[in-house]
Amino acid sequence: MRRYSVFAIAREALRYHSGWERAWRAPTPKAAYDAIIIGAGGHGLATAYYLGKNFGITNVAVIEKGWLGGGNTGRNTTIIRSNYLQDPSAAIYEKARSLYETMSQDLNYNVMFSPRGVIMLAQTHHEVRGYQRTAHANALQGVETQFISTAKVKELCPIMNIDGPRYPVLGGLWQPRGGTARHDAVAWGYARACSDMGMDILQQCEVTGVRSEGGKVVGVETSKGYIGTKKLGIVVAGHSGQLAEMAGFRLPIEAVALQALVSEPIKPCMDVVVMANTVHGYMSQSDKGEMVIGGGTDGFNNYTQRGSFHHIEETLRALVETFPMLSRLKMLRQWGGIVDMTGDRSPLISKTPMGNCFINCGWGTGGFKAIPGSGWAMAELMAKGEPGPLAAAFSMTRFKEGRFIDESVAAGVAH
Amino acid sequence: MLILTCPYCGVEADETELSPGYEAHLKRFGPGATPEEFESYMFARKNPKGVHFERWRHAYGCGKWFLAARDTNTLEVFGTYPAQSPEPPADLIAKIKEKRPDWEGHK
Repeated sequence: MRRYSVFAIAREALRYHSGWERAWRAPTPKAAYDAIIIGAGGHGLATAYYLGKNFGITNVAVIEKGWLGGGNTGRNTTIIRSNYLQDPSAAIYEKARSLYETMSQDLNYNVMFSPRGVIMLAQTHHEVRGYQRTAHANALQGVETQFISTAKVKELCPIMNIDGPRYPVLGGLWQPRGGTARHDAVAWGYARACSDMGMDILQQCEVTGVRSEGGKVVGVETSKGYIGTKKLGIVVAGHSGQLAEMAGFRLPIEAVALQALVSEPIKPCMDVVVMANTVHGYMSQSDKGEMVIGGGTDGFNNYTQRGSFHHIEETLRALVETFPMLSRLKMLRQWGGIVDMTGDRSPLISKTPMGNCFINCGWGTGGFKAIPGSGWAMAELMAKGEPGPLAAAFSMTRFKEGRFIDESVAAGVAH
Repeated sequence: MLILTCPYCGVEADETELSPGYEAHLKRFGPGATPEEFESYMFARKNPKGVHFERWRHAYGCGKWFLAARDTNTLEVFGTYPAQSPEPPADLIAKIKEKRPDWEGHK
């Protein structure tokens, strides 16, 4: 792999950019691999990357139905934060956030990580108490967060209306090291690094069945033929239920649509990420100047990658109240992604009833921020066959044992 | 917008008038059940890509719970029926099979 650098740009500028290589190869599938990962989104590619980097396992294929990064990796609102209440969540999201800090150097690919800070608005007294509690919990977990006053919120985000009639801003949970990154670049950077290690990324290759013998997976049927494997990782977000069914087990997952939208580009007006969970909307400004906006999920199972219009309406109504200047903006694009929601709103990084098959899913509405930490933990699980400290609490057996990681109720977080 | 006909009051209710209740016909387990049975009732879900049976409540209308058959992949609605039905009515099953010949039936 030819490294990207300022010298490479200068060299190519002098020869009409004729020397850039393909970022990743487009190989034909081998007959068998040491490990197959289904799903070339951020989580799948990160899993493959850390399998190679941390454990030296490089005879790996990452299989993707569409194109890499074309699912939820390319559909999220790119927010990165780790201000969670429960210890297992804070540990894995903080690992992910810290890996984002060095990702561009590590992958030699600019993922445009921008630690601009994230404010979660407290707009009810319940939220004030909840976020004060979270700030104390984060202090114990080693995650830097702070409960800030209304005046400080206004100072950080001057375009905000802090005394709205319904939900005045009473304070906020501030994570200065949170921020955003370029979501596509995260997938592309991992893909390039994986390809460089000799891994095969098989795009336009749909898994249609999982073949097993004696309680162990031996390979997968795909639209490009049968491929054998010693280990299988299922990392497919919205379609986890279908893949689990192929492998012969059932998950505590419901697939629902989550929508986002962006406005026309405008001059810089907001250099932090703001989340307003009571009214359910969150917003940041992209480097192109678009306001990137996300809202709530639909309340029913849906695989269509489009959601109900009234949810968009609710989100915008709430945001216009909080940011009155938005009322004059035109919205450019709106889209949906299929998110995999678990019963306790926390993910699964887990062994499965099939001995050599592992699953990473259930990130629901908040998977992007977790990508490097999730890949790190999943790679350890696949390489050793047992979960490491980051993944241990996220086993799917927790629903049988009653060990929930109850984020949605405990902290009222939007993921 | 999703539109369902309430089988009780007959109103064609759109989504903003309804509350979702997710998977229907769950087998209920209570005290004395094994952890596996309780997990199957509380958490394990079919979550199919295709024909699905769901609970809905006509929350901003007559207030009744009812059941609906829907395709999660196309958002097509096959029909609604009363919440007291232990399983989907035969005529609804026949109608779905006619439209979805590959469907394996309600399990």
